Amino acid sequence: MTLFLPVILPLAAIVMLLFSYKLNRLQQFISIFSMSLLVLLAIHILLEVISNGPFAMQAGGWEAPFGITFTVDLFSAIMLVTTALIALIVTIYSIGFLDKTRKQAGFYILIHGLVTGVNGSFLTGDIFNLYVWFEVMLISSFVLITLGAEKQQLRGAVKYVVLNLIGSVIFVTAIGLMYGQMGTLNMADIALKLREIEHTGLINSSLMLFFIAFGIKAALFPFFFWLPASYPTPPVAITAFFAGTLTKVGVYVILRFYSLFVITDLTTWQMIVMIIAGITMVSGVLMAASAYDIRKILSFHIISQIGYMIMGLGIATVIGLGGAIYFMVHNILSKTATFMAGGLFFKYRGSYDLKEIGWIYKDKPLLAFLFLLPALSLAGIPPTPGFFGKLFLIYGGFQAGAWEITTVAIIVSIITLFSMVKIWNEAVWKKIPEHSKAVDKKTLPVSSFWSTLVLVVLIVMFGLGTGLYADYFFEAGRQLMDAELYINTVLK
Amino acid sequence: MLILLALIIGFLYAASIYMFLRRSIMKLVLGIIFLSHATNLLLFVTGGLRSGAPAFTNADGTVDLSTISDPLPQALILTAIVIGLGITAFSLVLIYRFYKETGTVDLDELTESDKT
Repeated sequence: MTLFLPVILPLAAIVMLLFSYKLNRLQQFISIFSMSLLVLLAIHILLEVISNGPFAMQAGGWEAPFGITFTVDLFSAIMLVTTALIALIVTIYSIGFLDKTRKQAGFYILIHGLVTGVNGSFLTGDIFNLYVWFEVMLISSFVLITLGAEKQQLRGAVKYVVLNLIGSVIFVTAIGLMYGQMGTLNMADIALKLREIEHTGLINSSLMLFFIAFGIKAALFPFFFWLPASYPTPPVAITAFFAGTLTKVGVYVILRFYSLFVITDLTTWQMIVMIIAGITMVSGVLMAASAYDIRKILSFHIISQIGYMIMGLGIATVIGLGGAIYFMVHNILSKTATFMAGGLFFKYRGSYDLKEIGWIYKDKPLLAFLFLLPALSLAGIPPTPGFFGKLFLIYGGFQAGAWEITTVAIIVSIITLFSMVKIWNEAVWKKIPEHSKAVDKKTLPVSSFWSTLVLVVLIVMFGLGTGLYADYFFEAGRQLMDAELYINTVLK
Repeated sequence: MLILLALIIGFLYAASIYMFLRRSIMKLVLGIIFLSHATNLLLFVTGGLRSGAPAFTNADGTVDLSTISDPLPQALILTAIVIGLGITAFSLVLIYRFYKETGTVDLDELTESDKT
């Protein structure tokens, strides 16, 4: 039962929120309460996995290959905790940030829907069920991205909706081809049968379709064009949550599928993954360097950092995968925090455009640091978590002899620092331009400010304490590489 | 039957890609609809095409696999159709709202949010 709760809990919250529709205060209370419960639940599952190892549960008591399996290992448990934490913090952030119309139009309901889909995707062990959770997640995000229906939002949403729908259809096509070949939908069962049968070309073709479908969700090169077009359009509270969770679900599934299903043509796959990772990193960071809107710069950096995670997959050693998992957690926290701080800049100065704003350090030094710390973490300055994430990946890369991709990673890191320094210089240190059209609002919503502060403190603590729990991340990487363990957990 | 279905699926995929490449936003939605239909048919084929027998076991518990087709893909299609219905409804509302706000159905109007 424990494993189904991360899905049931937000669903139950949605029902309660529907009953309290338009009652803003009650909705806020229910949301914070259910999100806090979710964090506790996720921590409970994580502790259970740490002490007893991975485990699985079967829906409705149907035996493993026939029913729907929910399964958890260290990797999925870590992701559960991180997203639950981010969901809680973003919910608190949005109370002060969003306008009343958006909140009453169902923001809290939709964010719970999104969390349901994300948790389901992390836990399910069945490929068709995964598709269903993806759709739950997508539909909620479709409505969230259009919430408020401003012209710019609609423009972004059309691209977001269409490209993600094409991704979903490719996903179903791949499921159909896979089922036609293997006769089963259970991931562990497919992995087991793949190891027994003669490998045919059709498996590789459906694996490639899976890779493209998840590549679209994860915003890999060359499928990322929907992201910079749509992410900057909704209010930052929504973008911050998207940036922290949605693309990472894509990366999570790529990592999971790759370790379970890719068993032949390993070197070819590895090369494809490395090349895509490299180009994703470089193109994201270069586009960010040319942008002048805070949200645009940060959106481009999402793409660039997805490249690092995929690079860990390309290295495919315990250190590489462990580093990728650590990097995912760091990135979810830091990326959300930079977006949240950017939103606070907007609240204070009235614009996201770096050419219009300035001098935040003079008026609100603490606010400036709320941006600086996660931004340095994204660039990888010690002792922030970003430094350790990159350290593990680069160490793993050199150890595995993949010096090309590792060199690219180091160079991209420097350009990332350049972008972050650009935001810092323009928004924080520069005088406000005289011709600036932005009107100072000089307001900082209390809940938004404090939730950002808490998140930044968490990031710093997460970085400083890395030595205490780095081994768990490597253990998660080891479990991810060990397909036998996954198969035995589900089918035993 | 298999050849006929293969041709139909191929035609639907081709038609949907053609629709995606047009400039009108309404045709884009039509493209999505064609694409999901093509995929549903593809799923249908993976269950095997045998007509005339319900997917039940015999009275003695045996199954004659040569007469029945796999019922699971049909259940999957059912799920996919329902999801497709919701998504189509949402996209229609979205493009209607887009048309109301911008006064055009031209996809080239969308470039605004791409500018840096």
